[in-house]
Amino acid sequence: MNNLSLIIILLVLLAVAYQLGMQRSRKLAGGQNSASLHSRPHHYGMMVGLWAVLPPLFVMLLWNWFSPAVIQQLVLASLPAEILDSGEQAQVLLRRISNLATNFAVLSEAADWEISAANYLTALQQKSTLLLTALMFIIGALGLLVSYQKIRPSLRARHQVEKALMATLLICSTIAILTTIGIVLSMVGETLKFFSFIKPSDFFFGTTWNPRFSTAGVADGSLTGSQGSFGLLPLLSGTMLVAGIALLVAIPLGLMVAIYMAEYAPKKVRDTVKPIIEVLAGIPTIVYGFFALVVVGPYLADLGQMLGLTIRATSALTAGVVMGIMIIPFISSLSDDIITQVPKALRDGSLGLGATKSETIRKVVLPAALPGIVGAVLLAASRAIGETMIVVLAAGNSPSLTANPFEAVSTVTVTIVNQLTGDNDFASPQSLVAFALGLTLFVITLLLNIVALVIVRKYREQYE
Amino acid sequence: MKTVQTSASSTYSASPVQQQVVRSLKKRHRQEKLFRFAGMTAVGISLLLVALLFINIFSKGLPAFWQHGIELEIHFDPAVVKISEQPVLQAGESPQAFEQRHLAWRSEVGMVNFNRLIQDALLKVIPDGAQHRRDLARIVTSGERFALRDRVIANPAIIGQTQKLFLLTDANIDVWLKGNIDRSLPDEKQQLSPKMREWVESLKAEGVIQNRFSWALFMNPDSRSSLASAGLAGAFMGSLYMMLIVILLSVPMGVAAAIYLEEFAPKNKFTDLVEVNINNLAAVPSIVFGLLGASIFIGWFNLPMSAPFVGGLVLSLMTLPTVIIATRSTLKAIPPSIRQAALGLGASKTQAVFHHVLPLAIPGILTGAIIGVAQALGESAPLLLIGMKSFVASVPSSAMEQSTALPVQIYLWQGNELRNFFEARTSAAIIVLLGLMLTLNGLAIWLRRRFEVRW
Amino acid sequence: MTTAKVNEAGQKIKMTARDVKVFYGSNQAIHGVDMDIVENEVIAFIGPSGCGKSTFLRCLNRMNDTIDSCRVTGEIALDGQDIYAPSLDVVQLRAQVGMVFQKPNPFPKSIYENIAYGPKLHGLASKKSDLDDVVESSLRRAGLWDEVKDRLNQPGTGLSGGQQQRLCIARTIAVSPEVILMDEPCSALDPIATSIIEELITELKQNFTIVIVTHNMQQAARVSDRTAFFHLGNLIEIGGTNDVFTNPTQKRTEDYITGRYG
Repeated sequence: MNNLSLIIILLVLLAVAYQLGMQRSRKLAGGQNSASLHSRPHHYGMMVGLWAVLPPLFVMLLWNWFSPAVIQQLVLASLPAEILDSGEQAQVLLRRISNLATNFAVLSEAADWEISAANYLTALQQKSTLLLTALMFIIGALGLLVSYQKIRPSLRARHQVEKALMATLLICSTIAILTTIGIVLSMVGETLKFFSFIKPSDFFFGTTWNPRFSTAGVADGSLTGSQGSFGLLPLLSGTMLVAGIALLVAIPLGLMVAIYMAEYAPKKVRDTVKPIIEVLAGIPTIVYGFFALVVVGPYLADLGQMLGLTIRATSALTAGVVMGIMIIPFISSLSDDIITQVPKALRDGSLGLGATKSETIRKVVLPAALPGIVGAVLLAASRAIGETMIVVLAAGNSPSLTANPFEAVSTVTVTIVNQLTGDNDFASPQSLVAFALGLTLFVITLLLNIVALVIVRKYREQYE
Repeated sequence: MKTVQTSASSTYSASPVQQQVVRSLKKRHRQEKLFRFAGMTAVGISLLLVALLFINIFSKGLPAFWQHGIELEIHFDPAVVKISEQPVLQAGESPQAFEQRHLAWRSEVGMVNFNRLIQDALLKVIPDGAQHRRDLARIVTSGERFALRDRVIANPAIIGQTQKLFLLTDANIDVWLKGNIDRSLPDEKQQLSPKMREWVESLKAEGVIQNRFSWALFMNPDSRSSLASAGLAGAFMGSLYMMLIVILLSVPMGVAAAIYLEEFAPKNKFTDLVEVNINNLAAVPSIVFGLLGASIFIGWFNLPMSAPFVGGLVLSLMTLPTVIIATRSTLKAIPPSIRQAALGLGASKTQAVFHHVLPLAIPGILTGAIIGVAQALGESAPLLLIGMKSFVASVPSSAMEQSTALPVQIYLWQGNELRNFFEARTSAAIIVLLGLMLTLNGLAIWLRRRFEVRW
Repeated sequence: MTTAKVNEAGQKIKMTARDVKVFYGSNQAIHGVDMDIVENEVIAFIGPSGCGKSTFLRCLNRMNDTIDSCRVTGEIALDGQDIYAPSLDVVQLRAQVGMVFQKPNPFPKSIYENIAYGPKLHGLASKKSDLDDVVESSLRRAGLWDEVKDRLNQPGTGLSGGQQQRLCIARTIAVSPEVILMDEPCSALDPIATSIIEELITELKQNFTIVIVTHNMQQAARVSDRTAFFHLGNLIEIGGTNDVFTNPTQKRTEDYITGRYG
């Protein structure tokens, strides 16, 4: 009896309880006319259904949360004392036992005590499920009976149902907050662990990035001296270089596209061209990365050769140019909205004085729209800084403190991907640094976003 | 213009101001033209870039939907395929015991030297093959012996028969025949030996080697030992599982949250906090969600690495703000008169929202949900952090098994050393991914146009 | 080329309109209007809302060009020159025929920059001191100088509604137009600000030809020399303001003026 079948049983119970509640309310109302009831019959049905299903569901969640730990403790306690004393880690032992219990292949031949522990584990799990099922059944039946008995014509079933609904809606809207809290807590926690290895000042102001990958199994902080250097600055400079190039490409193009679309393009052109440019926004970043690697990089390298420059195929320039292409639609559609919001009265005022269209745009519309456009650019910058796949593929992954766009660089995001190679014990500074980098990235983009949103909101209010 | 200027100057000669205006006009109109031209150029460049990207991907990727294979008469020689009879379920036997016996039989079939069958068949079309055994062994891609094995397992009766089968050739042969390698390179830089090139050319001319639609690309999981048979099936299933989870989690939750915030939430600090938070969450870099997944789902909850389940959870959290924002703007667009009408008839606030407002908002909500799902489908960075960049050679049969996803598969393939083969194959995978995403976006646009109501 | 026309009374005619029709898409908003506008007069357009008076006004400096679906036929001439001729330069036309709008619309710039905007565009002042002079004289003529002379660098949007509207008038004067079109310039203002603007209009009459649209009949009676009554896109009656208000020739004009509809 697994969780899925328990949920299916609960759904059946819900249907039954709903029918029961509805019928009883109908009977109480006396035949067809249910106007004497406070709520509609289906509200009574829903109420009974919720009373029958929600308490057992709650029990199930709690049970699933706590029972594995309890079972693990019981299994550990059942193990022979000499095994526990042998210094092997409890987690490793338990994983082996649970693999045995689920008939997974284990490496070496299983010892007798392991097999008996596995059997014990299976038995415990079965007992636990049985107990849970029984408990859920009893609570569900109790809920059903009690609420069934409570049905009266005057009972405000609708209010109860609506309250439950409201609670569900409220819980759903707090998920976003929980996500933010989760992001912050998890990253702060791991970052603090990282700072127990590396001094924060060495991280934030270090100018060398050379994490010196040690093989897995660094269990404690005793490995002083061989830790390598974790200086943030080369990564940050790479990030800023790439994002800066991207903005240099995207701001003029995106802004001119927005101006043309908002002010000049006939409706037909606007209706066809806008969706096409927005297609650019929907293309996955990995595709841009591939495009950078296969097309733009080699092209720029050839171009450099023609001009007598050494441009590496994977460089800050390649990644920046392609990232710029990626954020063109972002800037253009945001600026387009903002330019369109500038009131027509201002344009008329300028045109009425005999200004040409471009004079009106350059001297009246753009200055009026400037705060909004700055906000849009900040949002675009935060996107450029957080972008991963293009730089992973096209920036060359060479963490060096350089301002030369033709050189290979590395960025914060690339390094996060490189450092978190996929083993799930975050014990070494080499993998923990990913969280410190992530936190840095999060804080930078958050600040940019907040400033941008405030500016854009102020701008909107100005013209409302 | 000229005539006006002359007439104007003659008419208004009294007004020096107007003369000055006329004098400034030429320069100003030139500026106007330049500015307009700059706008058109920017639009042109942007369109050109879209075109360049698509033309490039399609010209590289389309040929990879066809792949070279060789048509061979495979004789399932009983002398080579020496296996015991396929077990049948006996009366009174438990299913587990039967499964054990069947497993043993299958591994027995697996021990058969199917390469031998392929070699024998090749010798029939390549007369001088026996002198160049090593070259001969490289013609058919190594994964095809498993195709033969699966045929025998599916139908042991074919032992002793001869069947005409189309087997994929080695990836390097495909590269050579498609001209994806410089043919003028000297022998030591060529992947194929001179003998093989000679065979391949003549077999191609005879029609034994043909370029056919590559089902392998769609039906096979990824492979590293047999590059020619690497396919997208595993990544596709992985993405499918994740999209199902995103649809099941983020769409209902996002819609519920949006309904609460737009229709019921009291105006207070908490609501403000939630709103600010959602707006900011929408702009958090996707890779940060990957860190969240790695730390919380894998580190704390001990969920398995590389599992679509975890990927789905991470992508759901990432998509949630998109769905919430889209749903809220749809709800906002529904005029208050509809709510007031329902309330005026004695409906409760909940009834007014769920019976009258929500049904009107469904097209908009669907549009937002589809756009969110499309965005999740193309996302790769957070998946790399939860282990989905590891090589998986099987199609996952549940959301808890190891898997990759379509965009991650693109990432893995672009890094393959056999660039000549995988550049095209990666582009083909991109076409598949873009096709799926554009279909989803097209669906969203269609829904919006079809059901759009102007208030 | 063309010599200035003169009407029966011997006044110089500044603008003429012949059989002017305006369409918004397939809707006809103006049905063939003929009109002569005399130099240095104040002429008021009155009529119920939606009668086409504003639309016709905006034809006089081609502001309707900014609306995509709008189409104008017929002939409008300024000093005998067809302003809808394809060879005519709209920019030049609008420098000659300025416009003041219904809602004060100062640019989000300083007061000084608001006035200097037009002269700078047209290159009317080559030196900073010339520009200062233009700004000062425009503000003086708009009766705003004393109120703002100490805060020329503050944003124009910070002024009161009436001041903003006078700023817009000053902005228009600064490019020395020959005709000023005013589209309900007082509708967004309180009575005191309105009366200041009305006085201003009377003063400006000496130098400019002024066409004013108003839905306020008292205002038309107070400021204008002649009045034109529009109804449903037709010019019903045009004549001396006194005549139109005291002795209208048309029944519809009388009904409107006596408040039967409006």
